[in-house]
Amino acid sequence: MEHIVTLKTRNLCESAANGGCGECQTSCQSACKTSCGIANQKCENTEEK
Amino acid sequence: MIHQYKLGGYNIVLDICSGAVHAVDELAYDMIALFESGSREAIASAMLAKYRDRPEITEAEISRCYEQIQALKDQGQLFTPDTFAPMAGRFKEKSAGVIKALCLHVAHTCNLNCSYCFASQGKYHGDRAIMSLEVGKRALDFLIENSGHRRNLEVDFFGGEPLMNFDVVKELVAYARSREKEAGKNFRFTLTTNGMLIDDDVIDFANREMSNVVLSLDGRKEIHDRFRVDYAGNGSWDRIVPKFQKLVQARGGKNYYMRGTFTHANPDFVKDIRQMLDLGFTELSMEPVVCAPDDPSALTPSDIEIVKQQYEELADLMRQRDREGRPFTFYHYMIDLSGGPCIYKRISGCGSGTEYMAVTPWGDLYPCHQFVGEERFKLGDIWNGLNNPEVQGEFAACNVYAKPECQDCWAKLYCSGGCAANAYHATGSITGVYESGCELFRKRMECAIMLAVSRAAEDR
Repeated sequence: MEHIVTLKTRNLCESAANGGCGECQTSCQSACKTSCGIANQKCENTEEK
Repeated sequence: MIHQYKLGGYNIVLDICSGAVHAVDELAYDMIALFESGSREAIASAMLAKYRDRPEITEAEISRCYEQIQALKDQGQLFTPDTFAPMAGRFKEKSAGVIKALCLHVAHTCNLNCSYCFASQGKYHGDRAIMSLEVGKRALDFLIENSGHRRNLEVDFFGGEPLMNFDVVKELVAYARSREKEAGKNFRFTLTTNGMLIDDDVIDFANREMSNVVLSLDGRKEIHDRFRVDYAGNGSWDRIVPKFQKLVQARGGKNYYMRGTFTHANPDFVKDIRQMLDLGFTELSMEPVVCAPDDPSALTPSDIEIVKQQYEELADLMRQRDREGRPFTFYHYMIDLSGGPCIYKRISGCGSGTEYMAVTPWGDLYPCHQFVGEERFKLGDIWNGLNNPEVQGEFAACNVYAKPECQDCWAKLYCSGGCAANAYHATGSITGVYESGCELFRKRMECAIMLAVSRAAEDR
Protein backbone atom coordinates (compact mmCIF):
# COMPACT_ATOMS: atom_id res chain seq x y z
CA MET A 1 0.00 0.00 0.00
CA GLU A 2 1.29 3.47 -0.90
CA HIS A 3 0.92 5.60 2.19
CA ILE A 4 2.46 8.76 0.79
CA VAL A 5 1.95 10.65 -2.46
CA THR A 6 4.63 13.27 -3.08
CA LEU A 7 3.78 16.21 -5.31
CA LYS A 8 6.22 17.47 -7.90
CA THR A 9 7.98 20.41 -6.28
CA ARG A 10 11.10 22.44 -6.86
CA ASN A 11 13.86 21.30 -4.52
CA LEU A 12 14.85 24.39 -2.57
CA CYS A 13 18.24 23.04 -1.52
CA GLU A 14 19.15 22.40 -5.17
CA SER A 15 17.88 25.84 -6.19
CA ALA A 16 20.76 27.32 -4.19
CA ALA A 17 23.19 26.20 -6.91
CA ASN A 18 21.97 28.44 -9.73
CA GLY A 19 19.42 30.66 -8.01
CA GLY A 20 19.52 34.32 -7.19
CA CYS A 21 19.49 35.81 -10.69
CA GLY A 22 17.02 38.46 -9.50
CA GLU A 23 14.92 38.56 -12.66
CA CYS A 24 11.71 37.57 -10.88
CA GLN A 25 8.98 39.99 -10.00
CA THR A 26 9.28 42.19 -6.96
CA SER A 27 6.90 40.54 -4.55
CA CYS A 28 4.03 42.88 -3.89
CA GLN A 29 4.63 45.21 -6.82
CA SER A 30 1.83 44.22 -9.10
CA ALA A 31 -1.12 43.10 -7.10
CA CYS A 32 -1.64 43.23 -3.39
CA LYS A 33 0.46 46.23 -2.36
CA THR A 34 -0.16 45.61 1.31
CA SER A 35 1.35 42.25 2.18
CA CYS A 36 4.32 40.17 1.22
CA GLY A 37 4.29 36.62 0.03
CA ILE A 38 6.77 35.13 -2.35
CA ALA A 39 5.10 31.76 -2.81
CA ASN A 40 3.03 33.06 -5.71
CA GLN A 41 5.98 34.42 -7.68
CA LYS A 42 7.28 32.70 -10.77
CA CYS A 43 10.96 31.92 -11.32
CA GLU A 44 12.27 33.81 -14.34
CA ASN A 45 15.76 32.37 -14.41
CA THR A 46 16.18 31.40 -18.06
CA GLU A 47 19.60 29.87 -17.58
CA GLU A 48 18.59 27.44 -14.90
CA LYS A 49 15.74 25.79 -16.78
CA MET B 1 11.34 21.24 10.02
CA ILE B 2 8.01 19.81 8.92
CA HIS B 3 4.44 21.09 9.13
CA GLN B 4 1.45 18.75 9.27
CA TYR B 5 -2.18 19.70 8.88
CA LYS B 6 -5.54 18.30 7.84
CA LEU B 7 -7.72 20.27 5.47
CA GLY B 8 -10.28 19.60 2.76
CA GLY B 9 -10.19 15.86 3.43
CA TYR B 10 -6.42 15.64 2.97
CA ASN B 11 -3.60 14.91 5.39
CA ILE B 12 -0.76 17.14 4.29
CA VAL B 13 2.88 17.14 5.31
CA LEU B 14 5.24 19.93 4.25
CA ASP B 15 8.98 19.50 4.41
CA ILE B 16 9.89 23.12 4.84
CA CYS B 17 13.53 23.23 3.81
CA SER B 18 13.32 21.03 0.72
CA GLY B 19 9.94 22.48 -0.29
CA ALA B 20 8.47 18.97 -0.64
CA VAL B 21 4.70 18.52 -0.26
CA HIS B 22 3.27 15.12 0.65
CA ALA B 23 -0.34 13.94 0.77
CA VAL B 24 -0.43 11.03 3.18
CA ASP B 25 -2.88 8.57 4.70
CA GLU B 26 -3.74 8.62 8.39
CA LEU B 27 -1.17 6.00 9.34
CA ALA B 28 1.67 7.87 7.66
CA TYR B 29 0.41 11.15 9.14
CA ASP B 30 0.61 9.73 12.67
CA MET B 31 3.93 7.99 12.09
CA ILE B 32 5.56 11.11 10.65
CA ALA B 33 4.49 13.02 13.77
CA LEU B 34 6.34 10.49 15.93
CA PHE B 35 9.21 9.69 13.59
CA GLU B 36 11.91 11.90 15.01
CA SER B 37 11.05 11.38 18.66
CA GLY B 38 10.51 7.64 19.08
CA SER B 39 12.18 4.35 18.19
CA ARG B 40 10.84 2.25 15.31
CA GLU B 41 9.51 -0.30 17.80
CA ALA B 42 7.82 2.31 19.97
CA ILE B 43 6.15 3.90 16.94
CA ALA B 44 5.00 0.48 15.68
CA SER B 45 3.39 -0.45 18.98
CA ALA B 46 1.73 2.96 19.28
CA MET B 47 0.23 2.48 15.80
CA LEU B 48 -0.91 -1.07 16.49
CA ALA B 49 -2.68 0.18 19.59
CA LYS B 50 -4.26 3.17 17.87
CA TYR B 51 -5.45 1.23 14.83
CA ARG B 52 -6.43 -2.01 16.54
CA ASP B 53 -9.92 -1.75 15.00
CA ARG B 54 -8.45 -1.45 11.47
CA PRO B 55 -7.56 -4.99 10.32
CA GLU B 56 -5.75 -3.74 7.20
CA ILE B 57 -3.19 -1.95 9.37
CA THR B 58 -0.97 -4.88 10.21
CA GLU B 59 2.50 -4.96 11.66
CA ALA B 60 3.86 -5.57 8.15
CA GLU B 61 1.96 -2.56 6.78
CA ILE B 62 3.27 -0.34 9.57
CA SER B 63 6.74 -1.53 8.74
CA ARG B 64 6.25 -0.69 5.03
CA CYS B 65 4.98 2.76 5.94
CA TYR B 66 8.01 3.33 8.16
CA GLU B 67 10.30 2.43 5.29
CA GLN B 68 8.52 4.85 2.94
CA ILE B 69 9.03 7.63 5.45
CA GLN B 70 12.68 6.67 5.95
CA ALA B 71 13.21 6.63 2.16
CA LEU B 72 11.85 10.16 1.84
CA LYS B 73 14.12 11.29 4.64
CA ASP B 74 17.10 9.67 2.91
CA GLN B 75 16.16 11.42 -0.37
CA GLY B 76 16.06 14.82 1.34
CA GLN B 77 12.29 15.20 1.15
CA LEU B 78 11.40 14.85 4.81
CA PHE B 79 13.03 16.25 7.95
CA THR B 80 15.48 18.20 5.81
CA PRO B 81 17.72 20.22 8.12
CA ASP B 82 17.74 23.99 7.85
CA THR B 83 21.11 24.93 6.41
CA PHE B 84 20.11 28.20 4.79
CA ALA B 85 21.03 30.69 7.52
CA PRO B 86 24.60 31.28 6.26
CA MET B 87 23.21 32.13 2.80
CA ALA B 88 20.76 34.66 4.19
CA GLY B 89 22.59 37.87 3.37
CA ARG B 90 24.17 36.66 0.13
CA PHE B 91 21.37 37.33 -2.30
CA LYS B 92 21.17 41.00 -1.37
CA GLU B 93 24.97 41.20 -1.40
CA LYS B 94 25.01 39.73 -4.90
CA SER B 95 22.49 42.28 -6.12
CA ALA B 96 23.74 45.21 -4.02
CA GLY B 97 23.07 48.51 -5.73
CA VAL B 98 20.78 47.01 -8.38
CA ILE B 99 17.31 48.54 -8.55
CA LYS B 100 14.77 46.85 -10.80
CA ALA B 101 11.36 48.11 -9.77
CA LEU B 102 9.87 51.52 -9.03
CA CYS B 103 6.49 52.50 -7.74
CA LEU B 104 5.86 55.88 -9.33
CA HIS B 105 3.56 58.04 -7.26
CA VAL B 106 2.32 60.04 -10.21
CA ALA B 107 -0.52 61.59 -8.21
CA HIS B 108 -0.63 62.34 -4.51
CA THR B 109 -4.25 63.18 -4.84
CA CYS B 110 -7.41 61.21 -5.33
CA ASN B 111 -10.95 61.67 -6.59
CA LEU B 112 -12.26 59.33 -3.92
CA ASN B 113 -12.19 59.91 -0.18
CA CYS B 114 -11.91 56.43 1.33
CA SER B 115 -11.50 56.68 5.09
CA TYR B 116 -9.58 53.39 5.30
CA CYS B 117 -6.90 54.51 2.81
CA PHE B 118 -3.38 53.74 4.14
CA ALA B 119 -2.20 56.68 2.02
CA SER B 120 -4.56 59.14 3.73
CA GLN B 121 -6.72 59.78 0.65
CA GLY B 122 -3.65 59.68 -1.58
CA LYS B 123 -1.81 62.53 0.16
CA TYR B 124 0.49 60.29 2.25
CA HIS B 125 0.11 62.66 5.20
CA GLY B 126 1.50 65.54 3.08
CA ASP B 127 0.18 67.98 0.52
CA ARG B 128 -1.57 67.14 -2.71
CA ALA B 129 0.89 66.85 -5.59
CA ILE B 130 1.20 65.66 -9.17
CA MET B 131 4.36 64.22 -10.73
CA SER B 132 5.70 66.29 -13.60
CA LEU B 133 6.86 64.72 -16.84
CA GLU B 134 10.39 65.87 -16.04
CA VAL B 135 10.42 64.06 -12.68
CA GLY B 136 8.88 60.94 -14.22
CA LYS B 137 11.42 60.78 -17.03
CA ARG B 138 14.29 61.25 -14.61
CA ALA B 139 12.86 58.42 -12.46
CA LEU B 140 12.88 56.10 -15.48
CA ASP B 141 16.45 57.14 -16.34
CA PHE B 142 17.42 56.53 -12.72
CA LEU B 143 15.93 53.03 -12.92
CA ILE B 144 17.76 52.19 -16.15
CA GLU B 145 21.05 53.59 -14.79
CA ASN B 146 20.80 51.57 -11.57
CA SER B 147 19.45 48.29 -12.93
CA GLY B 148 22.78 46.68 -13.78
CA HIS B 149 22.30 43.55 -15.86
CA ARG B 150 18.64 43.12 -14.96
CA ARG B 151 16.55 42.95 -18.10
CA ASN B 152 13.02 42.97 -16.66
CA LEU B 153 12.17 46.30 -15.06
CA GLU B 154 8.86 46.89 -13.32
CA VAL B 155 7.18 50.25 -13.05
CA ASP B 156 3.89 50.68 -11.24
CA PHE B 157 1.80 53.80 -11.77
CA PHE B 158 0.37 54.42 -8.35
CA GLY B 159 -1.17 57.13 -6.27
CA GLY B 160 -3.49 58.45 -5.00
CA GLU B 161 -5.26 57.95 -8.25
CA PRO B 162 -2.76 57.76 -11.14
CA LEU B 163 -5.36 58.48 -13.82
CA MET B 164 -5.60 62.02 -12.40
CA ASN B 165 -2.24 62.44 -14.13
CA PHE B 166 -2.98 60.29 -17.17
CA ASP B 167 -1.22 62.47 -19.75
CA VAL B 168 2.05 62.10 -17.86
CA VAL B 169 1.50 58.33 -17.52
CA LYS B 170 1.09 58.05 -21.31
CA GLU B 171 4.16 60.15 -22.01
CA LEU B 172 6.26 58.18 -19.52
CA VAL B 173 5.33 54.89 -21.14
CA ALA B 174 6.24 56.32 -24.56
CA TYR B 175 9.55 57.55 -23.13
CA ALA B 176 10.35 54.17 -21.57
CA ARG B 177 9.51 52.38 -24.81
CA SER B 178 11.81 54.77 -26.68
CA ARG B 179 14.69 53.84 -24.35
CA GLU B 180 14.22 50.15 -23.61
CA LYS B 181 15.76 48.76 -26.80
CA GLU B 182 19.04 50.66 -26.65
CA ALA B 183 19.24 50.05 -22.91
CA GLY B 184 18.56 46.31 -23.30
CA LYS B 185 15.60 46.43 -20.95
CA ASN B 186 12.04 45.15 -20.91
CA PHE B 187 9.62 47.43 -19.06
CA ARG B 188 6.60 45.89 -17.44
CA PHE B 189 4.03 48.45 -16.40
CA THR B 190 1.21 48.16 -13.92
CA LEU B 191 -1.61 50.61 -13.35
CA THR B 192 -3.50 50.61 -10.06
CA THR B 193 -6.76 52.55 -10.33
CA ASN B 194 -10.04 53.19 -8.56
CA GLY B 195 -11.75 53.25 -11.96
CA MET B 196 -13.45 56.65 -11.74
CA LEU B 197 -11.63 58.09 -14.77
CA ILE B 198 -11.60 55.02 -16.99
CA ASP B 199 -12.82 55.82 -20.49
CA ASP B 200 -12.22 54.33 -23.95
CA ASP B 201 -8.86 56.10 -24.24
CA VAL B 202 -7.69 54.65 -20.91
CA ILE B 203 -8.97 51.20 -21.86
CA ASP B 204 -7.10 51.22 -25.20
CA PHE B 205 -3.92 52.46 -23.58
CA ALA B 206 -4.03 50.17 -20.54
CA ASN B 207 -4.77 47.09 -22.60
CA ARG B 208 -1.96 47.89 -25.01
CA GLU B 209 0.78 48.98 -22.60
CA MET B 210 0.08 47.65 -19.11
CA SER B 211 1.34 44.15 -18.28
CA ASN B 212 -1.06 44.22 -15.38
CA VAL B 213 -3.95 46.37 -14.24
CA VAL B 214 -5.09 46.44 -10.62
CA LEU B 215 -8.71 47.54 -10.28
CA SER B 216 -9.98 48.49 -6.85
CA LEU B 217 -13.37 46.99 -6.02
CA ASP B 218 -14.45 45.80 -2.59
CA GLY B 219 -17.14 43.43 -3.83
CA ARG B 220 -20.75 43.94 -2.72
CA LYS B 221 -22.15 47.37 -3.46
CA GLU B 222 -23.05 48.11 0.15
CA ILE B 223 -19.57 47.09 1.31
CA HIS B 224 -17.76 48.99 -1.42
CA ASP B 225 -19.85 52.14 -0.96
CA ARG B 226 -19.33 52.17 2.80
CA PHE B 227 -15.73 53.36 2.30
CA ARG B 228 -15.16 54.08 -1.37
CA VAL B 229 -17.02 57.37 -1.66
CA ASP B 230 -16.38 60.64 -3.48
CA TYR B 231 -15.90 63.95 -1.69
CA ALA B 232 -19.67 64.49 -1.66
CA GLY B 233 -20.04 61.18 0.19
CA ASN B 234 -21.58 59.30 -2.74
CA GLY B 235 -20.61 55.69 -3.30
CA SER B 236 -18.63 54.86 -6.43
CA TRP B 237 -19.76 51.28 -7.14
CA ASP B 238 -22.41 52.13 -9.75
CA ARG B 239 -20.01 54.36 -11.63
CA ILE B 240 -16.97 52.10 -11.73
CA VAL B 241 -18.34 48.59 -12.19
CA PRO B 242 -19.46 49.07 -15.84
CA LYS B 243 -16.08 50.67 -16.62
CA PHE B 244 -14.19 47.76 -15.07
CA GLN B 245 -16.34 45.27 -16.97
CA LYS B 246 -15.66 47.05 -20.25
CA LEU B 247 -11.92 47.22 -19.58
CA VAL B 248 -11.65 43.56 -18.59
CA GLN B 249 -13.74 42.40 -21.53
CA ALA B 250 -11.50 44.32 -23.91
CA ARG B 251 -8.33 43.09 -22.22
CA GLY B 252 -8.27 39.82 -24.12
CA GLY B 253 -6.82 37.63 -21.40
CA LYS B 254 -3.96 39.91 -20.32
CA ASN B 255 -3.26 40.06 -16.60
CA TYR B 256 -5.50 42.02 -14.31
CA TYR B 257 -6.66 41.82 -10.70
CA MET B 258 -9.86 42.95 -9.13
CA ARG B 259 -8.37 43.99 -5.83
CA GLY B 260 -10.58 44.47 -2.80
CA THR B 261 -9.98 45.30 0.83
CA PHE B 262 -11.85 43.64 3.65
CA THR B 263 -12.29 45.33 7.00
CA HIS B 264 -14.23 44.95 10.25
CA ALA B 265 -17.31 45.67 8.08
CA ASN B 266 -16.88 42.54 5.95
CA PRO B 267 -14.76 39.78 7.47
CA ASP B 268 -17.20 37.52 5.55
CA PHE B 269 -15.38 38.57 2.40
CA VAL B 270 -16.18 35.43 0.38
CA LYS B 271 -19.55 37.10 -0.26
CA ASP B 272 -17.58 39.87 -1.96
CA ILE B 273 -15.59 37.35 -3.97
CA ARG B 274 -18.89 35.80 -5.11
CA GLN B 275 -20.12 39.26 -6.11
CA MET B 276 -17.00 39.80 -8.21
CA LEU B 277 -17.55 36.43 -9.89
CA ASP B 278 -21.20 37.31 -10.57
CA LEU B 279 -19.99 40.48 -12.29
CA GLY B 280 -17.84 38.35 -14.62
CA PHE B 281 -14.43 38.92 -13.03
CA THR B 282 -12.17 35.89 -12.53
CA GLU B 283 -8.75 37.26 -11.46
CA LEU B 284 -9.29 38.26 -7.86
CA SER B 285 -7.43 39.53 -4.83
CA MET B 286 -8.87 40.50 -1.45
CA GLU B 287 -6.57 41.95 1.18
CA PRO B 288 -6.99 42.59 4.90
CA VAL B 289 -7.15 46.31 5.67
CA VAL B 290 -3.88 47.92 6.80
CA CYS B 291 -4.56 50.43 9.58
CA ALA B 292 -3.93 51.21 13.23
CA PRO B 293 -5.46 48.72 15.69
CA ASP B 294 -7.73 51.43 17.15
CA ASP B 295 -9.13 52.37 13.74
CA PRO B 296 -12.84 51.44 13.52
CA SER B 297 -12.21 49.51 10.30
CA ALA B 298 -9.45 47.36 11.86
CA LEU B 299 -10.02 43.61 12.06
CA THR B 300 -10.72 42.45 15.62
CA PRO B 301 -9.52 39.10 17.07
CA SER B 302 -12.98 37.64 16.45
CA ASP B 303 -12.90 38.95 12.87
CA ILE B 304 -9.59 37.11 12.37
CA GLU B 305 -11.29 33.82 13.30
CA ILE B 306 -14.06 34.55 10.79
CA VAL B 307 -11.52 35.40 8.11
CA LYS B 308 -9.70 32.10 8.65
CA GLN B 309 -12.97 30.24 8.14
CA GLN B 310 -13.58 32.36 5.05
CA TYR B 311 -10.24 31.31 3.56
CA GLU B 312 -11.35 27.68 3.88
CA GLU B 313 -14.72 28.50 2.30
CA LEU B 314 -12.92 30.27 -0.52
CA ALA B 315 -10.78 27.19 -1.17
CA ASP B 316 -13.95 25.05 -1.26
CA LEU B 317 -15.53 27.50 -3.69
CA MET B 318 -12.49 27.28 -5.96
CA ARG B 319 -12.59 23.47 -5.95
CA GLN B 320 -16.29 23.54 -6.75
CA ARG B 321 -15.80 26.00 -9.61
CA ASP B 322 -12.86 23.94 -10.92
CA ARG B 323 -15.14 20.92 -11.10
CA GLU B 324 -17.80 22.96 -12.88
CA GLY B 325 -15.28 24.14 -15.47
CA ARG B 326 -15.58 27.74 -14.23
CA PRO B 327 -12.22 28.28 -12.53
CA PHE B 328 -11.07 31.57 -11.08
CA THR B 329 -7.81 32.86 -9.63
CA PHE B 330 -7.25 34.18 -6.13
CA TYR B 331 -3.92 36.00 -5.90
CA HIS B 332 -2.86 34.50 -2.59
CA TYR B 333 -3.75 30.96 -3.62
CA MET B 334 -1.52 31.06 -6.68
CA ILE B 335 1.35 28.75 -5.90
CA ASP B 336 3.71 27.23 -8.39
CA LEU B 337 5.21 24.29 -6.53
CA SER B 338 7.44 23.11 -9.36
CA GLY B 339 8.46 26.46 -10.86
CA GLY B 340 8.28 28.88 -7.96
CA PRO B 341 11.02 31.07 -6.54
CA CYS B 342 14.50 29.83 -5.63
CA ILE B 343 15.80 29.75 -2.09
CA TYR B 344 17.54 33.14 -2.42
CA LYS B 345 14.26 34.85 -3.20
CA ARG B 346 12.50 32.92 -0.45
CA ILE B 347 15.00 34.08 2.12
CA SER B 348 15.33 37.68 1.06
CA GLY B 349 11.75 38.76 0.64
CA CYS B 350 10.06 41.47 -1.31
CA GLY B 351 13.05 43.65 -2.19
CA SER B 352 11.70 46.86 -0.66
CA GLY B 353 14.45 49.38 0.01
CA THR B 354 16.99 47.46 -2.05
CA GLU B 355 15.73 46.47 -5.50
CA TYR B 356 12.31 48.12 -5.19
CA MET B 357 11.64 51.75 -4.25
CA ALA B 358 8.84 54.27 -4.38
CA VAL B 359 9.26 57.70 -5.99
CA THR B 360 7.24 60.66 -4.73
CA PRO B 361 5.79 63.26 -7.13
CA TRP B 362 8.80 65.48 -6.42
CA GLY B 363 11.42 62.72 -6.89
CA ASP B 364 12.26 61.53 -3.38
CA LEU B 365 12.97 57.83 -2.92
CA TYR B 366 11.48 55.64 -0.19
CA PRO B 367 11.85 51.89 0.48
CA CYS B 368 8.32 51.24 -0.78
CA HIS B 369 4.97 52.96 -1.22
CA GLN B 370 3.98 52.18 2.36
CA PHE B 371 6.93 54.14 3.78
CA VAL B 372 6.27 57.31 1.79
CA GLY B 373 5.72 60.16 4.22
CA GLU B 374 7.89 58.58 6.97
CA GLU B 375 10.80 61.02 6.85
CA ARG B 376 13.26 58.74 8.63
CA PHE B 377 12.95 56.31 5.74
CA LYS B 378 13.72 58.75 2.94
CA LEU B 379 16.55 57.09 1.02
CA GLY B 380 17.58 59.94 -1.28
CA ASP B 381 16.27 61.27 -4.56
CA ILE B 382 16.34 60.44 -8.26
CA TRP B 383 18.86 63.19 -9.12
CA ASN B 384 21.49 62.61 -6.45
CA GLY B 385 20.88 58.94 -5.74
CA LEU B 386 20.79 57.19 -2.38
CA ASN B 387 22.20 58.99 0.63
CA ASN B 388 20.79 57.24 3.69
CA PRO B 389 23.25 54.42 4.39
CA GLU B 390 21.74 53.66 7.79
CA VAL B 391 18.28 52.83 6.44
CA GLN B 392 19.71 51.27 3.29
CA GLY B 393 21.73 48.98 5.55
CA GLU B 394 18.65 48.06 7.59
CA PHE B 395 16.81 46.95 4.46
CA ALA B 396 19.85 45.19 2.99
CA ALA B 397 20.21 43.19 6.20
CA CYS B 398 16.50 42.42 6.46
CA ASN B 399 15.70 38.82 5.57
CA VAL B 400 13.80 35.99 7.14
CA TYR B 401 16.82 34.79 9.10
CA ALA B 402 17.24 38.28 10.59
CA LYS B 403 13.83 37.98 12.26
CA PRO B 404 14.09 36.01 15.51
CA GLU B 405 10.35 35.33 15.69
CA CYS B 406 10.36 33.68 12.26
CA GLN B 407 12.90 31.00 13.02
CA ASP B 408 10.47 28.36 14.25
CA CYS B 409 7.67 29.28 11.84
CA TRP B 410 6.92 26.66 9.18
CA ALA B 411 5.75 29.37 6.74
CA LYS B 412 9.01 31.32 6.73
CA LEU B 413 10.10 30.17 3.27
CA TYR B 414 6.65 30.93 1.83
CA CYS B 415 6.43 34.49 3.17
CA SER B 416 10.17 35.30 3.50
CA GLY B 417 9.57 37.30 6.64
CA GLY B 418 6.56 39.24 5.49
CA CYS B 419 5.95 42.88 4.74
CA ALA B 420 8.57 45.26 6.17
CA ALA B 421 6.05 48.10 6.39
CA ASN B 422 3.50 46.03 8.27
CA ALA B 423 6.27 44.88 10.63
CA TYR B 424 7.42 48.44 11.20
CA HIS B 425 3.95 49.81 11.83
CA ALA B 426 3.13 46.95 14.22
CA THR B 427 6.42 46.77 16.15
CA GLY B 428 8.55 49.81 15.34
CA SER B 429 11.13 47.65 13.55
CA ILE B 430 11.27 46.23 10.04
CA THR B 431 12.69 43.04 11.53
CA GLY B 432 9.69 42.63 13.81
CA VAL B 433 6.64 40.61 12.84
CA TYR B 434 3.02 41.65 12.32
CA GLU B 435 1.53 38.69 14.16
CA SER B 436 -2.10 38.91 12.99
CA GLY B 437 -0.85 39.22 9.42
CA CYS B 438 1.26 36.10 10.00
CA GLU B 439 -1.75 34.20 11.31
CA LEU B 440 -3.72 34.98 8.16
CA PHE B 441 -0.75 34.27 5.92
CA ARG B 442 -0.27 30.80 7.42
CA LYS B 443 -3.94 30.04 6.88
CA ARG B 444 -3.77 31.22 3.26
CA MET B 445 -0.75 29.02 2.61
CA GLU B 446 -2.43 25.97 4.12
CA CYS B 447 -5.41 26.57 1.85
CA ALA B 448 -3.27 27.27 -1.23
CA ILE B 449 -1.25 24.08 -0.76
CA MET B 450 -4.39 22.04 -0.07
CA LEU B 451 -5.76 23.31 -3.39
CA ALA B 452 -2.57 22.21 -5.14
CA VAL B 453 -2.86 18.78 -3.50
CA SER B 454 -6.52 18.56 -4.49
CA ARG B 455 -5.80 19.55 -8.10
CA ALA B 456 -2.97 17.01 -8.30
CA ALA B 457 -5.33 14.32 -6.99
CA GLU B 458 -7.99 15.24 -9.57
CA ASP B 459 -5.37 15.01 -12.33
CA ARG B 460 -4.37 11.49 -11.31
